[in-house]
Amino acid sequence: MLKLNHISKTFNPGTVNAKLALDKLTLHIHKGDFVSIIGANGAGKSTLFNAICGSFYPDTGSVFLDGRNVTMLPEHERAKQIGRLFQDPMRGTAPDMSIEENLALAAGNGGWLSRVSAADKKAFREKLSLLGMGLEDRMKQPVGLLSGGQRQALTLLMATYHVPKLLLLDEHTAALDPGTAEKVLALTRSIVEDHRITCLMITHNMQSALDLGNRTLMMDQGRIIYDVTGEERSRLTIHDLTDKFRQASGKALDNDRMLLGVGSR
Amino acid sequence: MTLDKFLALGQTALELGLVNALTVLALFLSYSMLNVCDLSTDGCFTLGAAVGALVAVSGHPWLSIPAAMLAGSISGFVTATLQMRMGVQSLLAGIVVNTALYSVNMALTGNKATLPMNKTPTIFVFAKGLLKETPFAGQYVLIVMLVVVALVVLFLCFFLRTKLGLAIRATGSNADMVRSSSINPAFTTTVGLCVSNAFTALSGCLMAQQQKNYEVNMGSGMVTVALASLLIGGVFFGRHRSVPLRAVGAVLGAFLFRLVYALALRVDMPAFMLKAVSSVIVVLAISGPYLRKQLPIVVKSLQARRGMAEGGAGKC
Repeated sequence: MLKLNHISKTFNPGTVNAKLALDKLTLHIHKGDFVSIIGANGAGKSTLFNAICGSFYPDTGSVFLDGRNVTMLPEHERAKQIGRLFQDPMRGTAPDMSIEENLALAAGNGGWLSRVSAADKKAFREKLSLLGMGLEDRMKQPVGLLSGGQRQALTLLMATYHVPKLLLLDEHTAALDPGTAEKVLALTRSIVEDHRITCLMITHNMQSALDLGNRTLMMDQGRIIYDVTGEERSRLTIHDLTDKFRQASGKALDNDRMLLGVGSR
Repeated sequence: MTLDKFLALGQTALELGLVNALTVLALFLSYSMLNVCDLSTDGCFTLGAAVGALVAVSGHPWLSIPAAMLAGSISGFVTATLQMRMGVQSLLAGIVVNTALYSVNMALTGNKATLPMNKTPTIFVFAKGLLKETPFAGQYVLIVMLVVVALVVLFLCFFLRTKLGLAIRATGSNADMVRSSSINPAFTTTVGLCVSNAFTALSGCLMAQQQKNYEVNMGSGMVTVALASLLIGGVFFGRHRSVPLRAVGAVLGAFLFRLVYALALRVDMPAFMLKAVSSVIVVLAISGPYLRKQLPIVVKSLQARRGMAEGGAGKC
């Protein structure tokens, strides 16, 4: 499904600020996998997503999506097959445009000069009502008026409007309050399961890293240091994860947000 | 001032306001929708005037309009290519194109700074002939301009609701989101600037034909005048209104700007003050909301400073 072969990326090469963000990273993801990714800040998690999406071209290595080499395919071309959500709920929608207009762009039906049809509007209503947020009655309102949770739910709907081959979730609930985060996470789960979307999710919440999906990756310094699935994963606890991190990287997982995750357990 | 004079003044303001309104609508597309401040506007306005004048002088008043618009969109294409594909910053791309257009305009007119069009058949001359026997004989400029502006407004209302138009609006609002909708923002910016510069050039073309004169500096300061009009229009129909209302607001702003300017001339303000006035309006409209937000902070810090001084004196 998704194959990354020896991807390397150095930012600011040749300067004192040079940083090896991805270090000959190799990763194979199977169709239908739901993979959670954890790691300290600066481990290269988001950079990994950027490499998959084509936000930059890697220095070395290749990216294959569904058997096709997409290494040098521009970002907007790849977006046809990849949906992506960011931590910042503002990034996925255009605030000055209405809910309907945002959805129309995501749907992308018709030619360049086509307008939103009655059939489109009906489809938008149906999809919006699935969110259970009452957005279907506010289709003419600018998205800028929605709350962060509503915007993130709308972004999720837009990213999966045409079922993507791959869905990338970059801490997409981290900026939301706990109640809303849970709701958006439940929505994510149901959409991903309904359409059997292959999904990668970065999270700082160790518990949801273990609860969601069927595979967990741990990253450090641009490499995958721990990759767990199946029987072994089902027996893992948060403490096992922090221990694994210390073993594999030789240092403690000293991220406040992650430790909070440990404490709450 | 008698009523007659006032009406005549209003009519002139309306006529010139409508000619300018086309540039204002162009900026409505590039500045308000695409979020690009297109500084090639001045040169493009003159380019439209030059091309329109040349084609009209050669005896083709109707052809002058598409010719000017085509020239404008080529200029827009160059500006867009510089900023989207060649790494030139957006503002700089506009300035560079604007500067180059001076040479282009001079070359077009054969190194002449002016081009008199007194005997040239223009679309206004045509309209004058058409309306000669009717009660509207004196309003032929107004009628032509009303039709043209209405057509452009209708076009924009239609265009900005198409998929391409939505993508252009989204590019100005959130380019990331456009990319994730599998649309290249470089493409939408290019189309947007081509269309907007076509209208700027149309505006210049009609200005030259209405004034029966082309002059190589006629576009200078146009971007500020148009921006001022756009921002005045935004006072009536601001960001949260629908696109058609905002387009109408832009036209209204152009007219009001011209009206205020005409009235200022009546009270003996010299004509050369136009550009200073438009600069002040732009600054006020853009910095006004910012300064209003800063005012309470300034007041508070002044109070704090005074309090500190008093407190200090008390201790001594």
